[in-house]
Amino acid sequence: MNVLLILPMLIPLSAATLSLFAWRSRRTQRVLGVLGTALLLLSVLRLLQSVSNDGIQAAQVGAWPAPFGITIVADLFSAIMLVLAGLTGLSVAVYSTVTMDRARERFGYYPLLHALLMGVCGAFLAGDLFNLYVWFEVMLMASFVLMALGGERAQLEGAIKYVTINLIASALFLAAVGMLYGVMGTLNMADLAQKLRDAPRIDLLTAIAMLFLVAFGIKAAVFPFFFWLPASYHTPPVAVSAIFAGLLTKVGVYALMRVFTLLFVQDLGYTHTIILVLSGLTMVTGVLGAVAQNEFRRVLSFHIISQIGYMTLGLGLFTVAGIAGSIFYIVHHIIVKTNLFLVSGIVYLLRGTYELKNLGGLYGSNPGLGVLFLIPALSLAGLPPLSGFFAKLTIVQAGLQSEQYALVATALAVGLLTLFSMTKIWAEVFWKEAAAPSGAAETGGALAKRGAVWLLLAPIISLAMITITIGVAVEPVYRLATRAAEQLINPTEYIERVMERGF
Amino acid sequence: METVLAFVIGALYAAGLFMMLRPSAVRLIIGISLLGHAANLLIFTIGGLTRARPPLISSSVTGGATVADPMPQALILTAIVIGFAVQAFAVVLIQRVIQIVGTDDLDQMKATDS
Repeated sequence: MNVLLILPMLIPLSAATLSLFAWRSRRTQRVLGVLGTALLLLSVLRLLQSVSNDGIQAAQVGAWPAPFGITIVADLFSAIMLVLAGLTGLSVAVYSTVTMDRARERFGYYPLLHALLMGVCGAFLAGDLFNLYVWFEVMLMASFVLMALGGERAQLEGAIKYVTINLIASALFLAAVGMLYGVMGTLNMADLAQKLRDAPRIDLLTAIAMLFLVAFGIKAAVFPFFFWLPASYHTPPVAVSAIFAGLLTKVGVYALMRVFTLLFVQDLGYTHTIILVLSGLTMVTGVLGAVAQNEFRRVLSFHIISQIGYMTLGLGLFTVAGIAGSIFYIVHHIIVKTNLFLVSGIVYLLRGTYELKNLGGLYGSNPGLGVLFLIPALSLAGLPPLSGFFAKLTIVQAGLQSEQYALVATALAVGLLTLFSMTKIWAEVFWKEAAAPSGAAETGGALAKRGAVWLLLAPIISLAMITITIGVAVEPVYRLATRAAEQLINPTEYIERVMERGF
Repeated sequence: METVLAFVIGALYAAGLFMMLRPSAVRLIIGISLLGHAANLLIFTIGGLTRARPPLISSSVTGGATVADPMPQALILTAIVIGFAVQAFAVVLIQRVIQIVGTDDLDQMKATDS
């Protein structure tokens, strides 16, 4: 069995357990946090390399052969997602060492962070729908506690909405899994893909597919299931917001892409047209919602929704170019969105508020921070030569190839409105005269004295560098995304690799 | 038997949804757990009901006898355990919310919506 396939779950699990043993020592937990996530990143990079060179990797846990045992699979798409999870995890762990408050560190913040990463990695590696459900629950449980940890009023109110909607989605997911088992008699995704090719009851399967679409759509915050996201993502501490914003909705997108490329492709004209329409509406409602907001993190939250639309748009097109565009977009989006939340956290440390009207003048006092905000912000809006430009370009090209002109026009208009939102933040936070000081939490000088400022800036600068690098060196990333998309569109290799080996 | 269970499942879904639409946070939890039970029963029923048959037997003794499918039960068992943990968390969360906000009226919890 390939040990690289187990490490993405084993490393966070060990780190979480060790952190629990070091319950009393915040310092040890911080070190374990950074060390664990760094090891995770290294192991998944190695896995990506191995998948890229040797093709799809599969393992059967407990040595039960494929449709009966627990299957772990990593194709290129999974491996890319795992790398992004590791990267986000490491950035947030480093950032947390400075920003997380004493009480939360004492009450299990780091073990929960590891548990969250374990759930996310497990979901990316699951080769079986029921295991996907179980990993989703692991991830959700950790995210519930992270959301509520600290017990502030806003957090608890946000947590109620978040928990409720996610439990409904899980119940639907479970019901869909049960029905699919009832119809097909298996839940192993490779086995299902094989059997669904000549399945008798297309109508029944399409109904089940719609149930999956709703369940994953809620988790991915697709229109019309997005309302829980802006009501909850801005309530926890910014490090938690950042990892939620970067990773969690994208696990929903991952699941959508997996089931709607591997399993439910019998009635493309129906299912994928619905996905296309939802994508368009998601883009528009997200970006229009953002225009109306006046709180830093709420603006960013609404932009998560509009960006999800771009990702599902590529899936709805269901061409190699479209899915490659989606994967490229996910890569770009996770890096940029995490970075923007991390920047908003520094603004909060400097000024003690997220309200745009109480902020201002940061370009005068911290010009460097302004530049660090502009890089991800302009990338999000899709300006060349940053990663966002090429991400949007690939999606738009794929849309033109498939002759979906209305959706392409929508995507471009939404990009323009995104730029408007980003300039609004820029003008309000950095450009305008400083508003009356509202009891600033901590000045830049005090942070610098604590020697902590570099720990804050290191993840932000690294993520910004990656955005620029992807923008400058598009070719290798795009080629990787295309290869991943080819594997998704033509799942023969996936099925063979899972089914062939007993061990 | 399947028909009876289908109606039971439908009633559970309906009752769960109705409870969730009430403004009280306590009823929300009851509604969520009813939905969970409905989903579990659904898996159980849809897997096919086989009465008084062993799930696993050696191939030498089958002789063409029907076997019960053990998979739905295994799935439900896992789902029940997960559902139990999640509902326990939700109960504690609601209790904290009621302490901090001072009401269990969900309509009062709009602070994070705008």
